[in-house]
Amino acid sequence: MCTTCGCGDPELVPVELHEKILAGNDRIAAHNREHFREAGVLALNIMGSPGSGKTALLEASARVLGGVRLGAVSADLATDNDAQRLSRAGIPSKAITTGQACHLDAELVHRSLHDFPWRELDVFFIENVGNLVCPAIYDLGQEANVVALSVTEGEDKPLKYPVMFQKADLVLVTKVDLVPHLDFDLPRLEDNLRRVMPDPKVLRVSARTGEGMQAWKAWLEARRAPVVAGRSKEARPHEHAHAHPHEHTHEHAHAHGATTHSHPHAHQHAHAHEHHGAEERHQHGGGDHGHEGSGHDHEH
Amino acid sequence: MHEYSLVEALIRRVEEEARSRRAVAIHGLKVSLGELAGVDPELFQTAFETFRQGTLCERTALEVVHYPARWVCPRCGKTFARGDILRCEPCGAPAQLTPQSDALLLDAIDMEIP
Repeated sequence: MCTTCGCGDPELVPVELHEKILAGNDRIAAHNREHFREAGVLALNIMGSPGSGKTALLEASARVLGGVRLGAVSADLATDNDAQRLSRAGIPSKAITTGQACHLDAELVHRSLHDFPWRELDVFFIENVGNLVCPAIYDLGQEANVVALSVTEGEDKPLKYPVMFQKADLVLVTKVDLVPHLDFDLPRLEDNLRRVMPDPKVLRVSARTGEGMQAWKAWLEARRAPVVAGRSKEARPHEHAHAHPHEHTHEHAHAHGATTHSHPHAHQHAHAHEHHGAEERHQHGGGDHGHEGSGHDHEH
Repeated sequence: MHEYSLVEALIRRVEEEARSRRAVAIHGLKVSLGELAGVDPELFQTAFETFRQGTLCERTALEVVHYPARWVCPRCGKTFARGDILRCEPCGAPAQLTPQSDALLLDAIDMEIP
């Protein structure tokens, strides 16, 4: 009611929020990240086109990472084929069937942890839905984004899908054993990456021949070190009651405020960016409640 | 096609805000969309028009403000043209993205409060 002049007209109130539309997802992602860190688990979001060799890369990883405890959740619209392949390769795995959703979100990952022994792992692979578009904008709580790009896809993919590559901490050029059979220009691909990524980190690998797998292993070990070192400094593990039911109707986009996490202690969401080492990126004003400074695990 | 889940999150958030302020209608929404937010503006509009049926946003005008992607050198401020190598050679510094380049924000809601 307009109380200024008493005219009885309804009042139009402009409410300024400047809030990330994905703030709900980001809160759950921050929570996942905190869990991974306190357990000393290196969580990686593995993205790439369908058929880019994500699953084969993980299978090959099991062959070179003796002594490292690996585990995975593998997202697929309809099947659990990838999870089965990974389990056979010696990587305890679980399928996340997304139905119609073209990407994983933090809630789907969170739910998948409930009956999966992720705490016993050194490296936890989150194999995203095969897609170079949507997965890029959803933070899952990972420590780093790894994008697999196969030589059969063409050198122009970074220019066509800049959002995905701009968020990648590592680009794995997969199936390099096929280069002799293709008109594929590796230097040109790397030049294209430099036009969408300010500081690209690129490794050439072949799951089939093992080429580049030692470099991938070294990268993993380098990324694991700070997570393991930070574990002792993290808050003690906490349990919380999830009020959300665990029926797995993957309807996606759950910014459900129904999850009651009662934390007996204050957390520092030291809130990572997937951009360690890189200079601190921008923060949006208006950040997202309670995780100031996270302003950006950005989906960037 | 993740625009639908984004719109769903958006409308849910708007309704939550409206309820907390006892609004009877939402007249307008303002959203910021950066070029590198990974969102197709037209799909976003279409998703909004589809999804708002039966919600408080049924008659809401959606204003989308677009921000082009801009890369700058953090040291000398040089800007980069689309397709440039994203590294400032004189400074030896990787380019930085400006804050709005990948914005995906709910900026403001115009509510009718009785």
